[in-house]
Amino acid sequence: MSSNFGSMPLRYRITIDREQCMECGRCVENCPYGVFRWDGNRILINSRNCTACHRCLTYCPRDAIMLQEHPCDYRSHPVWTRAVRESIYNQSRTGKIILAGMGSVANLPIIFDHLMLDACQVTTPPTDPLREPVELRTYLGKKPSKLDFTQKPNGDVELSTELTPNLMLETPIMLGHMSYGALSLNAHVAMARAAKETGTYMGTGEGGLHPGLYPYQDRMIVQVASGRFGVNVDYLERGAAIELKLGQGAKPGIGGHLPGEKVSADVSRTRMIPQGSDAISPAPHHDIYGIEDLPQLVNSVKEATERKKPIFAKIAAVNNNAENVAAVARSGVDAIAIDGFRGGTGAAPRVFRDHVGIPIEVAIATADQELRKQGLRNEVSLIACGSIRESTDVIKAIALGADAVYIGTAALVAMGCRVCGNCYQGLCPWGIATQRPDLVARLDPDVASKQIANLIHAWTLEITELMGAAGINSIESLRGNRDRLRGYMLDEGLLEILDVKSVGA
Amino acid sequence: MCGIFGVMDKRRQMMDGSGIREALSIMNERGSGEGAGYVAYGIYPDYRDCYALHVFFDNPGKSKAIVDATLEQWGTIEHDEAIPTCDQPNLKANCTPWRYFFKPDASLAPGSASPEKDVVTSIVMQINASANGAEIVSSGKNVGLFKASGWPEDVADYYRIQDYEGYIWLAHNRYATSNPELWERPDPFNLHDWSVVENGKTTTYGANRRYVESFGYNCSTGTDSEVIAYLIDLLTRKHGLGIDLAIRALAPPYWDEIDRMPEAEQNLNRALRFAYGSATMNGPFTVVAANPDTMIGFTDRGKLRPMVVGECGDRLYIASEETAIRAMEPCVESIRRPAAGEPVIGRVAP
Repeated sequence: MSSNFGSMPLRYRITIDREQCMECGRCVENCPYGVFRWDGNRILINSRNCTACHRCLTYCPRDAIMLQEHPCDYRSHPVWTRAVRESIYNQSRTGKIILAGMGSVANLPIIFDHLMLDACQVTTPPTDPLREPVELRTYLGKKPSKLDFTQKPNGDVELSTELTPNLMLETPIMLGHMSYGALSLNAHVAMARAAKETGTYMGTGEGGLHPGLYPYQDRMIVQVASGRFGVNVDYLERGAAIELKLGQGAKPGIGGHLPGEKVSADVSRTRMIPQGSDAISPAPHHDIYGIEDLPQLVNSVKEATERKKPIFAKIAAVNNNAENVAAVARSGVDAIAIDGFRGGTGAAPRVFRDHVGIPIEVAIATADQELRKQGLRNEVSLIACGSIRESTDVIKAIALGADAVYIGTAALVAMGCRVCGNCYQGLCPWGIATQRPDLVARLDPDVASKQIANLIHAWTLEITELMGAAGINSIESLRGNRDRLRGYMLDEGLLEILDVKSVGA
Repeated sequence: MCGIFGVMDKRRQMMDGSGIREALSIMNERGSGEGAGYVAYGIYPDYRDCYALHVFFDNPGKSKAIVDATLEQWGTIEHDEAIPTCDQPNLKANCTPWRYFFKPDASLAPGSASPEKDVVTSIVMQINASANGAEIVSSGKNVGLFKASGWPEDVADYYRIQDYEGYIWLAHNRYATSNPELWERPDPFNLHDWSVVENGKTTTYGANRRYVESFGYNCSTGTDSEVIAYLIDLLTRKHGLGIDLAIRALAPPYWDEIDRMPEAEQNLNRALRFAYGSATMNGPFTVVAANPDTMIGFTDRGKLRPMVVGECGDRLYIASEETAIRAMEPCVESIRRPAAGEPVIGRVAP
């Protein structure tokens, strides 16, 4: 049954400057969405298919293509906004849940942008990182809360506390979990090489580990999610660490969905599911119906890998975050990744992405505080994730109490992603979020890995400079050092929750 | 800029305060005349078994009853009196220094390995955290702390430092940056056994404070030395670290250095950094601290503040400047400047 909506106003309009255009056809070749097509000697445009991925603009040798967002105005209205009206048109036509790609578009204040960093002046000198060491080395995992010693007959003391396995990172920035399937193999290989080059780690996501990544397995954190895709003992043994995915910031409380279009032969083998079938992970782990079930899963994964690897758990940041974190910290895991409500995704229901969860800044602050209060802070490392955009977000997250961060979208952008938000279509023109072989081939892993490594390196340098300016020469002295943050235009209640003073205080 | 000074006699031979006063005064260039303090071990032999509590009262008429009641609830007051003082023209007294000789009731901290100190710690935290016009500035056995807002010589004369005899002395000449009028703000800081003087300003006050407060300590003055005193007490008394390891936890070697150590040492140092990352002090500092058997000095691992060590006979000196040591001991036998991160640990002969 058709609707009476007819043609909706265009989201984007593509125009070609015909005087500049040399009809080379690169736009036609590059656009997988079918915006451009040949009509004899002339290139025709269907702007309705455009996603603003910028691929055509990038490859137009004459800069002849121009893109305009919202070329057609609606009557402006503060309540019945364009987004609200378009959602209603969409849903009254389809009767379905609206899916959206990438992180939240809700126009809410970003707390990171209202936190100012400190620097030294005269009472304390800044450290000059060009001349003095500034240590960013980070260990992730369980740490002893106190040490035990035994006295040797000659009077010397010897450490008797056994340290449990920790991951050693050269910089507190890791590449977060985005699955093979959601992303292409070339994107995964690029991230893995970048992780190796920069001395950090990358998450596999819930899609298993493709054999093409085996050479980098000592840099991989293998994920076990509720769908258990690609999980067997070989997979667990290959990872440097294992992460149990209990939740995701973009869609707290629901499972994952990889559309069948993206389940190619290779993806099907890696995930151990039939080719072309939708991969749907359930909302809960069906062996975790209460917190007391989590230690069992943690223990079975530990036993399977002879207790040689740190076990991480990832949860979404929700209202009772502190309670969740304290509960997970008691389960035997070595690190907890907390995913804020701005976390990215290949596809999530719009209502979840934009309305469920709490900001990562608050989640990290309350988690760190609660763990300290309960004497559990050394039991786990805390990893902040979900919309870490730049080096200052990293340093602020650590000052609020995180040990390290995961970056996701930022790594994709480093590979060329334009944040068009159409990952779920499987037609990513940049070869990142697609399985179509011709599109995947567009992403050269050598080039892309260099770009990601450059980004991590650049952020690491910036963090080093910022720490030096604050007179801090090791990352553990930054961790939870909220005294070095000031809140600018944050309300009193929020300042209290963050345990951060106002500017001027 | 502050000037610090410490001297210890390894055979517990007594020194009166006049030499320390000289040593501290000669570093007046490092101070601003808005704070100085002295702490001495061995000054109360008649009450050697009591915890000597030095208290500043804003107004004894109002606050003393509160402290009396608190102490009586936790133990027995053997004796108390105003600390003898002698008015100085350049010193504006804004509080009344008092001292109690107190025996805590050990049965009130059941299950503790050091119940008396736990009781005393609780009392100090309780009194100092609340706005009751009383501040306990020292609380150890046979130890007393004297400080005020003013130049070192005026503070010394006010308390008649030369009348006290101790075998370990620490002293501090303050360059004030905040609350110059508050007498409890200058170093030294003390919690029963341990006293601390610092030249520096750490960049980790907030992190260290959050860490130590999670173990029940309460930092009421916002001063580095207060946190450092609590950290040392926590690490040595509660966590059982030897003082050498406690210093290493507070000012650890760089990872690059740890990587080059033999395996057992590597494990130990890694374990210390793992366990005590939040206790690690960063930024510029030289700390001199003492308990009844020990005097220590250590710096940040970049040694951004000076530390000079002198030895002469049974005496060990640690100071910001050589001239301070020479002011007290003109014929000092050896002067050394330890490398960055190299601690100095002096122990009283058993």
